[in-house]
Amino acid sequence: MRTYAELPGLMTQLTGDEKHEPSATSTLDVLWVLYDQVLRVSPDTVGDPGRDRFLLSKGHGPAAYYAVLAAKEFFPESWLPDFGSASSPLGYHPDRSLVPGVEIASGSLGHGLPIAVGVAHGLLARGLGKARVYVLVGDAELDEGSNSEAIVYAGAVGLPNLTVVAIDNQSSTYGWGPGGIEAHFAVSGWSAVRVSGRDHEALASAFRVTGAGAGSAAAGPQLVVATVESKE
Amino acid sequence: MTDMRTVFAETASALLDEDPLAAVVLAEISADMFGKAAARHPDRVLNVGIREQLMVSVGGGLALAGMRPIVHTYAPFLVERAYEQVKLDLGHQDAHAVLVSIGASYDGSRMGRTHQAPEDVALLDSVPGFSVVVPGHPAEVEAMLRGAVGALDDGSTYMRLSTGVNREARSVSASLQVVRSGRRAVVVAVGPLLSPVLDAVADLDVTVAYATTVRPFDASGLRALEAGSGAVVLVEPYLAGTSSHAVAAALTSRPHRLLSLGVPRAELRRYGTPAEHAAFHGLDAAGIRRSVTGFLGLTS
Repeated sequence: MRTYAELPGLMTQLTGDEKHEPSATSTLDVLWVLYDQVLRVSPDTVGDPGRDRFLLSKGHGPAAYYAVLAAKEFFPESWLPDFGSASSPLGYHPDRSLVPGVEIASGSLGHGLPIAVGVAHGLLARGLGKARVYVLVGDAELDEGSNSEAIVYAGAVGLPNLTVVAIDNQSSTYGWGPGGIEAHFAVSGWSAVRVSGRDHEALASAFRVTGAGAGSAAAGPQLVVATVESKE
Repeated sequence: MTDMRTVFAETASALLDEDPLAAVVLAEISADMFGKAAARHPDRVLNVGIREQLMVSVGGGLALAGMRPIVHTYAPFLVERAYEQVKLDLGHQDAHAVLVSIGASYDGSRMGRTHQAPEDVALLDSVPGFSVVVPGHPAEVEAMLRGAVGALDDGSTYMRLSTGVNREARSVSASLQVVRSGRRAVVVAVGPLLSPVLDAVADLDVTVAYATTVRPFDASGLRALEAGSGAVVLVEPYLAGTSSHAVAAALTSRPHRLLSLGVPRAELRRYGTPAEHAAFHGLDAAGIRRSVTGFLGLTS
């Protein structure tokens, strides 16, 4: 198993770049904390019905995602340098049918969260409510109206096994106004917390507070907003 | 007679009782018909409100969690409004669901263009892995729905319910069924257009074959029936020409002529009854007869 410090080297294998712009790494710390400390899923349990699910909704810029999955040995590191080639399973947007551990194929924005609502319902219906569904969205991705359908509905029915982590790099042209993204979710009944998207301890704590089995008072779905540097 | 929609709701409710992995996803439409089922299975009858994108995505998510989802609303909102969700959250994810629509083509003749989607089968036809079934009678609905749900391990199905019905039900088959035989042409009647077709060609020397499964199209069945007349008439209750390419592919190696009847592309911009719309579109018995006799060079 690789360490966090080795992730930039894995990303270099993917992109060929020695240095990584903040936009390429906006999701890196969140992904690492999830796979290192939070998600109950491993290369051996990717087919386990009761596994936790991580859905990368914001599918573009997947280098950090692939680096973390390789670091956690979901697929061999030897796949990385061939990124985007005709013979590589790793494309500019991930495909669940090509990459072990990838739960959804994404790329078009605004699909991951609505799908996650269905996965969460399905797990509850199957008596697998201890498994949790985590879905990563970008702040600009929330522009897509399909997210609003899911946010209002999931809050109204109080889906208890759903966590959205929104990477906020302030890239939405019109933003979310006073109160930010979390106000948009909270008004629909979500619990919401904002932490630094670079602070591993704070991220882990935010996920833990809201995670299943933590005895959380919050019965409904939860939002973790992870603030990272602006793209500008 | 119980209508297709009612048979669908009763059958889906029974499936919920029988199969712990079955689920129904709704967007308000028909929610009242699932009241009892929802009371028995609150975790598997999901009404997401007037949110059709979410409805289809939830169907995809349920499938990814190992469930067998049935997703249902009016055709334009199920297929057109949520088309990218059908393409990506079902098709591209390789997540399987049974989509069941009501309001076929001009069933909603009085409601105007917003509630009409004769393009539905053409759109679904472009998503890999979808079967398309078009019942012609309420008594055919139960077997079709059970078959579609039973086939979810293999793929998704679009089931197209209509208020238009044939006089009699037929046994449900994925193959073309010969209703009567003749020599001048093979007329393929899809779903609820069988009765008008039979009326239209009653005294003509043509074969009439009944199709309820239109995707995959029964190519070998058509080849067996076509048998040298070289003339095929396709009568579909949705966009004209939707299955022309399937007929052309089935008969690639044979010289043939094809007449494709269905709902034209042009907007009608009229209200009135479904029967009136059928006549406007040339899909009533008189209109079909006009087209077929013209195609075969007969005097009507």
